[in-house]
Amino acid sequence: MSEPVLDARNLLCPLPVIRTQNQVENMNAGDTLCVQCTDHGVINDIPAWCRINGHEILSIDEQEYEIVIRLRVGEGL
Amino acid sequence: MTKNSNDRTQRKAIALVSGGLDSMLAVKVIQEQGIHVEGINFFTGFCVEGHTHAIRKKDRDKPKRNNALWVAEQLGIKLHILDVSEDYKDVVINPKHGYGANLNPCLDCKGFMVKEALSWMEKNNFDFLITGEVMGQRPMSQRKDTMPVVSRESGAGDLLLRPLCAKLLPETLPEREGWVDRDALLDFSGRNRKPQMALAEKFGFNEYAQPAGGCCFLTDANYSSKLADLWQARGEKTYEIDDIVMLKVGRHLRPKPHFKLIIAREEGETNFLRGYRKKYISMNTVSHSGPISLIDGDADEEDIELAGRLVARFCSGRDADSVTVNVRQKNGESKDIEVKPLSPDEIPQEWYV
Repeated sequence: MSEPVLDARNLLCPLPVIRTQNQVENMNAGDTLCVQCTDHGVINDIPAWCRINGHEILSIDEQEYEIVIRLRVGEGL
Repeated sequence: MTKNSNDRTQRKAIALVSGGLDSMLAVKVIQEQGIHVEGINFFTGFCVEGHTHAIRKKDRDKPKRNNALWVAEQLGIKLHILDVSEDYKDVVINPKHGYGANLNPCLDCKGFMVKEALSWMEKNNFDFLITGEVMGQRPMSQRKDTMPVVSRESGAGDLLLRPLCAKLLPETLPEREGWVDRDALLDFSGRNRKPQMALAEKFGFNEYAQPAGGCCFLTDANYSSKLADLWQARGEKTYEIDDIVMLKVGRHLRPKPHFKLIIAREEGETNFLRGYRKKYISMNTVSHSGPISLIDGDADEEDIELAGRLVARFCSGRDADSVTVNVRQKNGESKDIEVKPLSPDEIPQEWYV
């Protein structure tokens, strides 16, 4: 199955984190998620949220106006 | 009585975590008593750090972090961030206890948040709630006479424990049941921050968010006046999330009661406003370099010409005889108009919101 993509563009923090949190709640451990954002605050916030909740950041691709973050859902702490 | 002496189960508390020092300390005080603590944080739409991260390009280089997430990580607790922005509208529009110095409904807000946290607590089988409130620290929600109002009206009652000033308040259920030791709680009061700073040092917290007049835009006079202007122009107290985000972006000028212009001040704001061109009529100068502008309200041809002349004042052709302005409708249709920029004398100060 293809990796789900969460469109969090044009949302300001913490909304991209909240949308990620809500999407991950409906996913299983080991699943991966791609999050598209435009608020550069996500570069700190989504990894911090992942660390707190036991998920893994796979990559962060930061362009001038868009950031794409891939993460793997963890087992939960 | 020692903690958990009557129960075999691990007691669990949900803490309102704002990202500031007080809630950080309150969590730590309760963690020290062997309680499992998780944090809850609310997105109301007016959260300062929510809006300010990335709009202005000049702010890109500033350190960006969500303080609530950062605090949770320092404390080793989970943080649940809830989007309450829809339900929160009623708090802002119809505050039972009124507003503070600006459009800040602090007492209703605190009651709302405690009520939301109580609901979360019940759904997730936690035992009690904690906040970082300090008696006498805030003029509306943290007074001796209003703190019981929050407990009562939220429905939390004696499930709400304020560890930093608990000794100044009646005993709560977690204290009576011996889940927490009242003697190890605190009696902080007033606006003096030294006790908090001393406790932070004791806990080894070398870094924490400094209090900066609250974490809510509604305590800001300029922001509140823009929101009041929005309500006055619409003839009713309503808003959507996009409205309240827009109040933080650009210059706002209202040449007529039924429309205003939002004019980007720099490249970052231009890029941000560009994302809203399907929701607003937008304008940008094409004969000269200049910022993008949005029209909020219903503007007819005459209004659009006036708006064009105003927009032209903020472009590099402000002293030219004629400036070409592209006017783009929400459906993408656009046309160019030729306008003479307004002179400074033609822009009354009252237009600035």
